[in-house]
Amino acid sequence: MTQSKPNLEHPTFKIVKDSLPASRFRATEFRGQSTLIVEPADLHRVMSFLKSDPRCAYDFLSDVIGVDYLGYPAPMPGRFAVIYNLVSSSRDDRFFVKVFLDPSKPTEGTEQDPALVIDSVTDLWPGAEWTEREVFDMFGIRFNNHPDLRRILTWESFPAHPLRKDYPVRGRGEREHYRIVDRTSS
Amino acid sequence: MGIEAALPTDAILTTQLKRVINWARRSSIWPMPFATACCGIELMATACSRYDLARFGAEVMRFSPRQSDLLIVAGRISVKMMPVLQRIYEQMTEPKWVISMGACASTGGVFDTYAVVQGCDQYIPVDVYVPGCPPRPEMLIEGIMAIQRHIDNEGIPPKGPNGKRIPLNIAVQPTHVVRPQPLPIGLR
Ligand code: SF4
Repeated sequence: MTQSKPNLEHPTFKIVKDSLPASRFRATEFRGQSTLIVEPADLHRVMSFLKSDPRCAYDFLSDVIGVDYLGYPAPMPGRFAVIYNLVSSSRDDRFFVKVFLDPSKPTEGTEQDPALVIDSVTDLWPGAEWTEREVFDMFGIRFNNHPDLRRILTWESFPAHPLRKDYPVRGRGEREHYRIVDRTSS
Repeated sequence: MGIEAALPTDAILTTQLKRVINWARRSSIWPMPFATACCGIELMATACSRYDLARFGAEVMRFSPRQSDLLIVAGRISVKMMPVLQRIYEQMTEPKWVISMGACASTGGVFDTYAVVQGCDQYIPVDVYVPGCPPRPEMLIEGIMAIQRHIDNEGIPPKGPNGKRIPLNIAVQPTHVVRPQPLPIGLR
């Protein structure tokens, strides 16, 4: 398979690089969609720059997505990624920001892992609240300063983060162990 | 097929009370639609004018379990939804029947994942299984009629030796022949 070189012409790359010289960035592009890879510690600063700078003006956070790259065929900078899908309504432009995280603890359970914590962007885009909750629920990535970081799809006592690739697709018995109602109990 | 068909003019009809009760009961099965997925659309079609569930006395969809006799489980039951379904089932008053509509409610269907219960009959007693993905409205009506026939003949299902009500365990067979598709459009 031939791989064409990514086209890094997107103007936001240069603006971010020039305006935030202290931070380390990587950039990539696929089929016209440009992604800026930032270090976890820089995330909130970069995001608030992307929102407030008039040349960027990404006023809408369209989605927050988690990815688990366990067993991914190509080498990746980290096991987990959180992707922010930004839209600028005034400039009609879409831009992606990606953070890679590597767990420091076994990922089978729901144990809090200090390596899997990033800053929440709910103070910039209030709509991030539920999408960040979903990333937390499905991948166990926690968000600092989130107003209400609870699980959103599974229930509170769910024993795992189910979209992690080391979680079996059929679960670990959650769906089998239920109270059985029969005709006498009512 | 109401009772007036059997009723001669100016005559007294004698019957067994049990028969009258069974007739009344089978002619007014009020369903509680538990429609969680695409099968629910087909359930709505069944109740609408083309298939007209009202012909069988089952058109009054009661969204309160306390007013309904028949729980129609139409769609996937996620693990998080199962306690809700059980709660609704327990709130229904006896006599009550349960139809499991579609592959997902009966077996989990293609959704063999951690989040979907693999057949609601593992956790609540199911009387009639209506296969299909989704079942055609005729199939669902056949499932309701299977319960009606059972009520007509036996009344309330009997209790087993341990005092528990036995689920009827009826599986509906397909009632229609698939014709060449697509169907010509036209009024009949
Ligand atoms: S059986 Fe088919 S139509 Fe019914 S809920 Fe499942 S997928 Fe949807």
